[in-house]
Amino acid sequence: MNMELSRRTFLKTSGAGIAGTTLGAFGFSEAEAAVAAAVKPFHLVNTTEARNTCTYCSVACGIIIYSKGDLRKGEKADIVHIEGDADHPTNRGTLCPKGSALRDIVKSQTRLTQPMLRKAGSDKFEAVSWDVALDKIARAMKDDRDANFVATNADGVTVNRWLTTGFLAASATTNETAFATYKVVRSTGILAFDNQARV
Amino acid sequence: MTNAWTDIKNTDLVVIMGGNAAEAHPCGFKWVTEAKATRGAKLIVVDPRYNRSAAVADFYAPIRQGSDIAFLMGLINYCISHDKVQWDYVKPFTNATFVVREGYAYQDGLFTGYDESKRDYVRDTWEYEIGPDGYAVVDETLQNPRCVWNLLKEHVAIYMPDMVERICGTPKDAFLKVAEMVGECSTPTKTMTSMYALGWTQHSKGAQNIRGMAMLQLILGNIGVRGGGMNALRGHSNIQGLTDLGLMSNLIPGYLNIPTQKEPDFTTYMSTRAFKPLRPNQTSYWQNYRKFFVSFMKSMYGSAATKENDWAYSYLPKLDVASYDVLRVFEMMKQGKVNLYFCQGFNPLQAFPDKGKLAAGLAKLKMLVIMDPLQTETARFWEDHGTFNKVNPADIQTEVIQLPTTCFAEDEGSLVNSGRWLQWHWPGGSPPGEAKTDIWIMAQIHLRLKELYKKEGGTFPDPIVNLNWSYKDPGEPTPEELAREMNGSVLVDVFDPADPTKKVLEAGKQLSGFGQMRDDGTTAGGCWIFSGCWTEAGNMMARRDNSDPGDAGMFLKWSFAWPANRRILYNRASCDLDGKPWDPSRKLIEWDGTKWTGYDVPDIPPTAKPRDVGPFIMNPEGTSRLWVRKMMRDGPFPVHYEPFESPVANVIAPKVRGNPVARVFPDDWKTFADIGDPAYPYAGTSYRLTEHFHYWTKNNHVNSVLQPEQFVEISEELAKEKGIALGGWVRVWSKRGELYAKAVVTKRIKPMTIDGKTVHIVGVPIHWGFVGAARKGFTANTLTPFVGDANIETPEFKAFMVNIEPSTGPVVA
Repeated sequence: MNMELSRRTFLKTSGAGIAGTTLGAFGFSEAEAAVAAAVKPFHLVNTTEARNTCTYCSVACGIIIYSKGDLRKGEKADIVHIEGDADHPTNRGTLCPKGSALRDIVKSQTRLTQPMLRKAGSDKFEAVSWDVALDKIARAMKDDRDANFVATNADGVTVNRWLTTGFLAASATTNETAFATYKVVRSTGILAFDNQARV
Repeated sequence: MTNAWTDIKNTDLVVIMGGNAAEAHPCGFKWVTEAKATRGAKLIVVDPRYNRSAAVADFYAPIRQGSDIAFLMGLINYCISHDKVQWDYVKPFTNATFVVREGYAYQDGLFTGYDESKRDYVRDTWEYEIGPDGYAVVDETLQNPRCVWNLLKEHVAIYMPDMVERICGTPKDAFLKVAEMVGECSTPTKTMTSMYALGWTQHSKGAQNIRGMAMLQLILGNIGVRGGGMNALRGHSNIQGLTDLGLMSNLIPGYLNIPTQKEPDFTTYMSTRAFKPLRPNQTSYWQNYRKFFVSFMKSMYGSAATKENDWAYSYLPKLDVASYDVLRVFEMMKQGKVNLYFCQGFNPLQAFPDKGKLAAGLAKLKMLVIMDPLQTETARFWEDHGTFNKVNPADIQTEVIQLPTTCFAEDEGSLVNSGRWLQWHWPGGSPPGEAKTDIWIMAQIHLRLKELYKKEGGTFPDPIVNLNWSYKDPGEPTPEELAREMNGSVLVDVFDPADPTKKVLEAGKQLSGFGQMRDDGTTAGGCWIFSGCWTEAGNMMARRDNSDPGDAGMFLKWSFAWPANRRILYNRASCDLDGKPWDPSRKLIEWDGTKWTGYDVPDIPPTAKPRDVGPFIMNPEGTSRLWVRKMMRDGPFPVHYEPFESPVANVIAPKVRGNPVARVFPDDWKTFADIGDPAYPYAGTSYRLTEHFHYWTKNNHVNSVLQPEQFVEISEELAKEKGIALGGWVRVWSKRGELYAKAVVTKRIKPMTIDGKTVHIVGVPIHWGFVGAARKGFTANTLTPFVGDANIETPEFKAFMVNIEPSTGPVVA
């Protein structure tokens, strides 16, 4: 039995490697077809690559994310593989036991996918829309700030601080996120402001 | 880090103390391996546990957790008494020669000015003697008994090898072996690097641990050189960046300060920030403070920040205490003084000490807002998980809103690594479900709050409604817009005062660096130290040329490092007084007769003549500091203080409990075990495993398979004494809480002899909780005490007292 191989399947099957070339040159016997069928298609074919940085420690190893779909073309992109970036001066392509499993934190079963609300005294979260969640937050902030903002201290000095609301910022976010966060939080007068560097 | 990961290959001796790079920073640790393989470098590990860094060390010395300062002062004492000092570095480049004012003294563990009732010092005497010329008095001959060098010699004299053994439990011969290897690095052609992490910071005297090593490195001439430095390994991927950007109670981006209420106006605020040089000709770069501050305020408030309103100084909140750090805030929460709390990518129920107190605080909030890519224990603190989190949800009135965010793989922007490199990254995948970027969420909160204030009015809306938010899409600023804003730009054309036809700066252009920042409102810039990251030449953080001239390990064309793309801080100190490299084979920069040139961006004005200007340009002294004046709360030199929970009294100062100026909230004293308390006889310490990252990777199936289940680690001797079997269940408890775990009985931990007493150590890895893919476990912070470092309030997670017994395991409800 001969086996029809499109160029695309051929590349997928062989990874354009020597084994594939040999198969192509000699045609296929049934045994060879069985081998070809058992070879796992090379999983990085037709993926797009993005340069990124490992999200764990501050060694900041360079990584390459491989996805099906291209974000730059406005497509949905599904991450299929993450590996070390061989061009990176620090890690030179290597990753540690944590970094090697990065794909599985992106794909974790416990990733959050929609805004949730736990009402006072309840024993469960319930899904809410972004608008409901954000309006509730803005309302709570406004009410608490208006009620508890300290404009002047006991000596009459202008202090403009808000102490009944606090904000913990994330040390795995980007500088750009951090700066946007800084502006929003500081503009309210919050002083209970911290990040993981504290601990 | 003063240096970079790739620079570690240049060293002769690596000292890992207060960290465990082989397990916690494996890919960075490869540069240690590289130094060993190619330079014949040696590795010393000093740690309570024979960990995997120790396993590949040339020499391992055990030490009891919480006694590092005694060890480090012991090393300094050794170097001084054996003349292992790089004198040509110490005399001109440190403040060894500076004379300290009369009145300053140290005795029995305390410095001058201690007030026990306030647990604080009046620090006025901790300053230099100022001469009639207005400059600090120095004695080049080091004869003056009050010069820093002689005070240091006297201060460390007590830390003899016998004393180090008595306090640290390190056998005297092991200590002396370390001292000998360290001492060899006092020559100009041998360098040592210090690699440390939470093993030094998470103590009630964490900042002084680090100072202790920094002082030693200065004495050896190892700061500013290739293969040297003080290298904080750092935890989260952007913990450096978040700190650089001032996301802390008391900071403004670039290590500027939020004002206190004693600084009601801008003039008063600036009056203590003149940074006048303390020696002739010195740079004292903080003299530019006003330029950085005004540019920041223009970035925050745009046209609402004017010269007339002191650049909107009144918009900034004024502190009444040193800071509203997390410990203070959770204390306030427990007292019912906090209503609304946000956790952005943060799991405080595990990350802060004394879980019981934290949970009590969260239950008093009106609303808790979680922004996270993952489930966290904090988000579900109200949920009953039996013995792991025993609560009755009906009793908890806190409303919780949980918002799904993108993770690293789905967003774009820059992160700062330990070596201060700002590296840009690009998204690779679409967010799951309805997850949104944190930038979008913060923008939405801001816009909605602003809208409410516009519509309804309210208390002091000015800083909210006037916040500069001039992004193309206000609902979601782009990373590029924000990065450009941090870099800074020119707001108004600036002309040369000498030649008004000559335009110096053109409105609308990006700044090339912080040197262009001005204090007259004509420039804006969100974070002065990041300036240069996105210039008219484009995004410097996205640069990917990995060439490395001279094989120096600097990689100047890869990404952008703050400040000014400099890879080794204080690199002027890599040369002698005349500008010649200490070690020509490891040249970093040099004086070529007219300017500084080399493999790194010089950390000195490029044409500053070698003998004129000192290398430590940020300091008004122009030198580094062996003695830190009144800048730290707990003393100008480090002193050995016991942890707040300790098996023994402080040998050198028996009357002093813990760090004498560390803040303890009144109710928390009751939660500490007494010194030598027989009910809590074992010295507990927390640590991390190479397969896990904090409390994240228990959400990862692969890591949860690799290390599925909670355990504690004890010695064979303790196991025998208590009848604990390898793999058997144990109960471990402190005065604050308990946990059940499997026992790992190893040779990696050994009992120690401290001041004549046998002390067993119990190791507690931190990675488990009640959500995720791993087996449920107890949060390790159930055990740890609610007290922090005296200067920066990092909690004392590394040293506490526990008891242990064999058990049948937790009762699963």
